[in-house]
Amino acid sequence: MEQFEFTPANLKTIGEIIKKYPAGRQASAVLPVLDLAQRQAGGWLSSAAIEQVAQILQMPPIRVYEVASFYSMFNLKPVGRNHIQVCRTTPCWLRGADRLTELCKTKLGINKGQTTPDQQFTLSEVECLGACCNAPIVQINDDVYEDLTPDSLSKILDELKAGKQPMTGSQTNRQGSAPEGMFISDDQQAGSSKQNQQKT
Amino acid sequence: MPKLIIDGKEIEVMPGLTIIQACEQAGIEVPRFCYHERLSVAGNCRMCLVEVEKSPKPVASCVMPVSEGMVVKTQTDTIKKARRGVMEFLLINHPLDCPICDQGGECDLQDQAMAYGFDRSRYEENKRAVQDKNFGPLIKTSMNRCIHCTRCIRFSTEIAGVPDIGAVGRGEKMEITTYVEKAVASELSGNLIDICPVGALTSKPYAFAARPWELKKTHSIDVMDAVGSHIRVDTRGAKVLRILPRIHEDINEEWLADKSRFACDGLARQRLDRPYIRKDGRLVPTTWAEALAHTAQAIKKAQPTNMAAIAGDMADVEAMFALKELWVSLGSNNFDCRQNGSLLGAGGRATYLLNTTINNLEKADVCLLIGTNPRWEAPLINARLRKAYVQNGLKVFVIGPKIDLTYPAEYLGESPTILNEITQGTHPLSTLLQQAKKPVLILGENVTSRSDGMEIHQTSMLIAEKFGFIKADWNGFNVLHRAASRVGGLDIGFIPSEQGKSTRQILAAAKSGQLSLLYLLGADELDLQDVNNCFIIYQGHHGDIGAHRADVVLPGAAYTEKDATYVNTEGRIQQTRMATLPPGEAKEDWRIIRALSELVGKTLSFSNRHQLQQMISKKHAVFQQKNIVAVQGWVMGSGRVGNITPAPLKDAVVNYYMTDPISRASETMAACTAAFVQPNQQENKAHG
Repeated sequence: MEQFEFTPANLKTIGEIIKKYPAGRQASAVLPVLDLAQRQAGGWLSSAAIEQVAQILQMPPIRVYEVASFYSMFNLKPVGRNHIQVCRTTPCWLRGADRLTELCKTKLGINKGQTTPDQQFTLSEVECLGACCNAPIVQINDDVYEDLTPDSLSKILDELKAGKQPMTGSQTNRQGSAPEGMFISDDQQAGSSKQNQQKT
Repeated sequence: MPKLIIDGKEIEVMPGLTIIQACEQAGIEVPRFCYHERLSVAGNCRMCLVEVEKSPKPVASCVMPVSEGMVVKTQTDTIKKARRGVMEFLLINHPLDCPICDQGGECDLQDQAMAYGFDRSRYEENKRAVQDKNFGPLIKTSMNRCIHCTRCIRFSTEIAGVPDIGAVGRGEKMEITTYVEKAVASELSGNLIDICPVGALTSKPYAFAARPWELKKTHSIDVMDAVGSHIRVDTRGAKVLRILPRIHEDINEEWLADKSRFACDGLARQRLDRPYIRKDGRLVPTTWAEALAHTAQAIKKAQPTNMAAIAGDMADVEAMFALKELWVSLGSNNFDCRQNGSLLGAGGRATYLLNTTINNLEKADVCLLIGTNPRWEAPLINARLRKAYVQNGLKVFVIGPKIDLTYPAEYLGESPTILNEITQGTHPLSTLLQQAKKPVLILGENVTSRSDGMEIHQTSMLIAEKFGFIKADWNGFNVLHRAASRVGGLDIGFIPSEQGKSTRQILAAAKSGQLSLLYLLGADELDLQDVNNCFIIYQGHHGDIGAHRADVVLPGAAYTEKDATYVNTEGRIQQTRMATLPPGEAKEDWRIIRALSELVGKTLSFSNRHQLQQMISKKHAVFQQKNIVAVQGWVMGSGRVGNITPAPLKDAVVNYYMTDPISRASETMAACTAAFVQPNQQENKAHG
């Protein structure tokens, strides 16, 4: 049986989260508290963690389990240090999400829902991550990588393997969700290049 | 009150009703799966779609409240088409296994598919496959059949108060399950089988036993506790295959406790099907003639002061009355129907009944439980208390062991001396009781079997009088009985007069060797170990503790095998009906006593049941009115505080699933004991 105890710091945070809701409505805090538990436990929720959350929020364990099983962001099985979530909803799929999944599979030697033996990577496919304008995208832990190609994703995975933090966001240096490639008017281009200069 | 038109018929209904309720009042049937009138509204099956004028789409009638001038149509082509569409979706993943499904023949889905089903499937993809879940020894699951109506989740959360069931996952992957494959630990879990509209949750003990149309259905009364639930006994040939609840709004609503529902397999095991006589220390089968002659001889030999009779927890009024008449005619006053040694029943009827009535418990605002665990002593009364908590915020206080009642309760302690503090006004509860509008107290009948039991009873009455429990339209003084026979026994005065011996005195005399004859009318919960020099006659239906010690065994009938009268804890006089014949040579109990009376030369003056019942109601006026609860007048008590000892109050029931000869013989109840009671006991042992 897995053990789970919140750290004192997290317990304090939980207290603050519960305070946001009217007295007696502490069950409303179930999502943020589950998230805290998942972060503390290294990316997944054991039944011990679920029971701990249920106890703190005075809910029947099944009610917490229902919530945890409903959201794909909660993992009910252990995951690797880097949880790769490839978006497969239509825009990403049209822009080549399949190739990204394929790359992960061959490069890491795992299938969807599996974890590498060194506990470095877990691969899953998820539905829309909400950055369709920069499709295809992949979320790894809390970071979103956009405008990916198999090559750029491969580089990201290498860096993660080496323990480095890859550049997040658009991999083609796109500004926000600006159009790909050329800007339409010179003004915008001028403005944009200025911004780029400032950045560099 | 809003007026609306449903299918061209104008109807005026209470505001706040939903369309489906209005349709019901108008006598129009609306198909439904998830809607259940006693549960909260989920609105997820979409089967109850109706057309409402000016609404662009069909609306789910179970969630839409009525409003003035609404025009509802339930039978248009659009609606029929919509319902057919919903049905087709429901059937996408529903297996076509009606021929091997226990729900077949009484299945909502099957019935409604007859009206709205499509005769082919257009679905070519794979059907969803769901692993079956473990819901414990009573409920068999077949989760492929589940249509996700969530009735079971709502029942367990709202009515049973045991939130063990939930829906995990989402969309097509949603599954109904208990948290980590746990058995549903509720005494009302059998009702999940009834509310499941499909064959996903069916009865495990009844699995593959019969088809509903093969069964003979007999309407009867339950005697496994003192609630007197209305039941339907389903039999095939001589065998009781299952027991289902019947609706009675004032007693069991439409629920039934698990012991009442599932102990019926005990009716076929350990039965006494012929008379026995003890010869050379062993019980040997014999004929009725010999057994009765032997018994009569022993009775004739005994001195009236040295013979006694004790009636058990399932004895019916007719048998007790006959036995009392016989005993009185023999000149003996030693008879008692309180086998637990209680002395309750000397006062008026109001001193030993659940005066508030089960239905009115819902209206209570403060409840004091004294030495009772209603969850195990009367699960359906506990469900009412929970309903009162959910609907009106009933505040519950408990004097006695700490127990999980399925609703919040405040524990005042285990010592009954707290009652003295409450009467004196020194306890914090006193003020609350004073302010309460409809207070009730429930005294466990078992408390009165303590040596200071009647003192506690007297103090409880004093509390009731002092704190306004008794008003013109409200009586909050209640005694909760466990034994189905008890109130009936007290009503016909199956208790010793001044000169007679009570159970405690009878047992004491038996142990000291002074008693020469003891007649046990289905009394099995007695300690007969040190009894010597005493001729014991056991009349009953099961080879249980009483029969093992007996010198003569007279086989009687169980409650499903006789037309007999029982009085429930409210004082409601009800009749069981014969569903099967008693096994072998067993006979209805009053007949045995009538036959015996002839042999001892004191022939009782009735020769059929009708005459017997006439005699009972002539002698005891309460039996003239059946099936209702007559309001009992309150006679003020002595006004004294009883002399209560501080010894803690104890649980009356150690194991809910085995309390009487029938449930002790039941394999299903043994499985429940192993699943629900023993693990807890072991845990307590480990902690204590």
